[in-house]
Amino acid sequence: MALNITENIDGIFQLIGGNFSTAGEASTQLKHKLAEIGVDEEIIRRATIATFEAEMNVIIYAAAGWLHYYITPGSIKIRIEDMGPGIENIELAMQEGYSTAPEWVREMGWGAGMGLPNMKKNSDTFTVDSVVGEGTTVEMVINFP
Amino acid sequence: MKVKDLVDQLSLDVRSFKDGLGNDITGAYVSDLLSDVMGNSKKGNVWLTLQTHLNIVAVASMKDLSAIIIVGGRQAQEETIKKAEQEKVTILTTALPSFEASGRIYQLLK
Ligand SMILES: Nc1ncnc2c1ncn2[C@@H]1O[C@H](COP(=O)(O)OP(=O)(O)OP(=O)(O)O)[C@@H](O)[C@H]1O
Ligand SMILES: [Mg+2]
Repeated sequence: MALNITENIDGIFQLIGGNFSTAGEASTQLKHKLAEIGVDEEIIRRATIATFEAEMNVIIYAAAGWLHYYITPGSIKIRIEDMGPGIENIELAMQEGYSTAPEWVREMGWGAGMGLPNMKKNSDTFTVDSVVGEGTTVEMVINFP
Repeated sequence: MKVKDLVDQLSLDVRSFKDGLGNDITGAYVSDLLSDVMGNSKKGNVWLTLQTHLNIVAVASMKDLSAIIIVGGRQAQEETIKKAEQEKVTILTTALPSFEASGRIYQLLK
């Protein structure tokens, strides 16, 4: 597959906590960008799932955050950092089904405790760093075939 | 099978993006948990759900689903319909509860 890029591409989106009405816009734009430069469909699928879950967590749990992406001929790296409460026990948070989402968020269908596992499943490298009271950074790399 | 065929067979109401009635259906997925749908639905699936708020549009659009069917006589919120028109997502509604709607669609797709 020939990627239609000659130099690295990067971009950034700002995310605002609680802003459910624009949720998904950053991920959607990234999805279009990847399609535009001819990235493999399966890679786009994985990147979109992973990015959207990370975007939603910022919107649900944090005050604000940024989504950065870096596309090289070999991979896409996505870094989502937020200013928020942080995660006390990352190992626990990574368990499928674990969620601290409040009731009103669960009523919207979020809070299944599947977001972080979905991110991990769909990326080749996945790291979470978090400082309680400061924020959380999720970094994901998906390699191109 | 196309979305239009389902609409005809189950007398579904079309609430947004009529152009999507020509979409091919690859199967169906039933869930009210949005991350479950993100993780497990497949491209071209119709998605049956009770959820009506606007994040369902982002999920359907990102997963390239062929349509959303809101079951149980629930109505999509106005902002959901507006977003769905923008994002070219077809929303259908039915009075059938989840189980009955799924059963009938299963019979049609199997
Ligand atoms: N950016 C974040 N800031 C603070 N806490 C977070 C953040 N991301 C995740 N968490 C914590 O980790 C838990 C698990 O997150 P995960 O995304 O896996 O599930 P969820 O958001 O609860 O539900 P789902 O993603 O299925 O809608 C969350 O309930 C929350 O407690
Ligand atoms: Mg989540």
